Amino acid sequence: MTARGDSLQVDGEGRLRHLLTTEGLPAEMIRRILDTADQFVSVSEREVKKVPLLRGRSVFNVFFESSTRTRTTFEIAAKRLSADVINLNVGVSSTSKGETLLDTVFNLQAMDADMFVVRHAQSGAAHLIARHVKPGVAVINAGDGRHAHPTQGLLDMYTIRHYKKDFSRLSVAIVGDILHSRVARSQIHALKTLGVPDVRVVGPKTLIPAAAERMGVAVRYDMQEGIRDCDVVIMLRLQNERMNGALLPSAGEFFKCYGLTAEKLSKAKPDAIVMHPGPMNRGVEIDSPVADGRQSVILPQVTFGIAVRMAVMSMLGSPA
Amino acid sequence: MRIEIRGARVVDPASRRDESASVWIGDGRIVAIGAAPAGFRADETIEANGLVACPGLVDLSARLREPGLEYRATLESEMAAAAAGGVTTLACPPDTDPPLDEPGLVEMLTRRASGVHGTRVHPLGALTTGLKGERLAEMVELAEAGCIGFFQGNAPLPDNATLLEAMRYAATFGFTVWLRPQDPALGRGGVAHEGEVATRLGLAPIPAIAETVALRTILELMDATGARVHLARLSTGAAIELVRQAKARKAPLTCDVSVYHLHLCDRDIAGFDSRANLAPPLRDPSDRDHLRRALAEGVIDAVCSDHTPVDEDAKLVPFAEAQPGATGLELLLPLTLQWGRECRLDLAQTLSVVTWRPAEVLGVAAGVLAVGAPADICLFDPAREWIVKPEALASQGKNTPYLGQRLVGRVVRTLVGGRTVHAA
Repeated sequence: MTARGDSLQVDGEGRLRHLLTTEGLPAEMIRRILDTADQFVSVSEREVKKVPLLRGRSVFNVFFESSTRTRTTFEIAAKRLSADVINLNVGVSSTSKGETLLDTVFNLQAMDADMFVVRHAQSGAAHLIARHVKPGVAVINAGDGRHAHPTQGLLDMYTIRHYKKDFSRLSVAIVGDILHSRVARSQIHALKTLGVPDVRVVGPKTLIPAAAERMGVAVRYDMQEGIRDCDVVIMLRLQNERMNGALLPSAGEFFKCYGLTAEKLSKAKPDAIVMHPGPMNRGVEIDSPVADGRQSVILPQVTFGIAVRMAVMSMLGSPA
Repeated sequence: MRIEIRGARVVDPASRRDESASVWIGDGRIVAIGAAPAGFRADETIEANGLVACPGLVDLSARLREPGLEYRATLESEMAAAAAGGVTTLACPPDTDPPLDEPGLVEMLTRRASGVHGTRVHPLGALTTGLKGERLAEMVELAEAGCIGFFQGNAPLPDNATLLEAMRYAATFGFTVWLRPQDPALGRGGVAHEGEVATRLGLAPIPAIAETVALRTILELMDATGARVHLARLSTGAAIELVRQAKARKAPLTCDVSVYHLHLCDRDIAGFDSRANLAPPLRDPSDRDHLRRALAEGVIDAVCSDHTPVDEDAKLVPFAEAQPGATGLELLLPLTLQWGRECRLDLAQTLSVVTWRPAEVLGVAAGVLAVGAPADICLFDPAREWIVKPEALASQGKNTPYLGQRLVGRVVRTLVGGRTVHAA
């Protein structure tokens, strides 16, 4: 089912061509990205935080859906690789004039872009672009609809590996709005590929997508049971527009049932780590003492995110 | 013009005739099958060794894109596609721009179509004005202008009160109401079958119950109104079982399925292939298998092309934004033959779902190859392989999930009323 995605992402020699989804990405490739990121973590700790790997190359951050935070992390990653970075918030320019997605991309390509970092509200937008750019131009999916956010998924794998070392004995719970979450999908595929034996998704039936278990996860509706004896608890952001409507009665009731409190966290293993892709809604999906507590690795996730994005960009941008 | 079609394998599904014979045509009708009528001298002899002669196909849904959508396709191009596909009778849905909700528009369409001298075109009138689901269209006037039924297209009626009145009104005059069951709220915003594939791809789902909830309502309203209903483009196995039960209690009900839904399923949208963005969405493999069986069993009355020319630009967008639909007229025959082969049906059984059975749905005299019938004939080579390429299609719509694939069975010649409208 992912054959076409696979061949788009990895070329015949096993090199990364685009990064569109973690689904179908070989374990070997994921490990290589994480290993490369290891080297960049030290770059970020140096006084001069730059390496010349992408000197002379142009990275276009094309965000059809605004997100200052994600765009900034890509921008920092590209700049630390010495690339020229151009940021475009297309959501408020071209598409409002009726230009199609591909026309926008072709125009930017004509300005000699080497790499596109794309965020778009529609699932599959990055695939579409990757299928139509010139050979040699790379596409990084920075989030497409509900489908995928692979660099987030990979930085989460980096974080888990950093704290837990071995994937093969872990229990991981992903809690909250699985239905609308591209982050959850990217995490699930990466965790399964890396051999995590026990991946659970936890949430009310209104926020669990159909046939979720077909992605290799166990579905739990009860939070306490869902995170019991877990090594990793990943809380997802609940979008404001989901909080009061047909899917959920209120943010308060969601917090009561699925918000991560110290009490609920006590059901997980004592050394369990708590993750969140950000931005957090304190008091909705996570209680402040937990977010700021000793088990929280939410801020290290952000730091590792730069290194992982540098790794992906350097692998995509290095000459064949 | 007197014609002899010589040496063809003559297959007439309605009479289950399947034999090698000559077909004799005079004055636009079939005058004999087998021995020549006394004194018959053919002006033209069509050598048809190795070919099958069957009734011209009857397609319950082909969008000709006129009026209003000529940039996607023209009446001429799509009539040529019909002829190239062996289709000699077709029903066209009212979802043109403007919709077929006024007698003048219908008359203009039928006049333009008859001027092209090809496939016989039967328009379906809009069930409601502008297909907006608010006011009933002038069904009596539209019927007089040539509409053979009334359809709401892919735009579901917003509420059951309008549906109830539309069915009551149509029942008053004995008109058939065509409906594609999809609950407007349950399917809102959805673009793919709710299941593993949509979940993986992160596409907004259309659950199977969107079809069955709407269908149960329609069946209730049929009982209440006595309206005759044709269910267009069923896509789920659960809906088929509801139809089976309704037919068992003699509800005045017919239904069809698109030829794409006989072969494809939600797996075929993997990689966000917008060519496989269809309405209704491609469903689970088990639904597809259910449709295939039900068509063979006769629970489904007919298969149609659901021909929808969509230009390239309307597909070169993210999946959810792509215009649903695919070109189909020229794929109807080979894909129906493929279904028949795979279900181990004989040729007469196979062809019945694209000939006399859809003709019965329409209530028109078509779809038979018999003495006295109009000489609407499809001559095809059942063994010829061809590759679906843009240049191999007469339709202006080149988008189909089958692009680049090899199909078996190609129309060689199409006659409408004894006149050759397509010759390969």
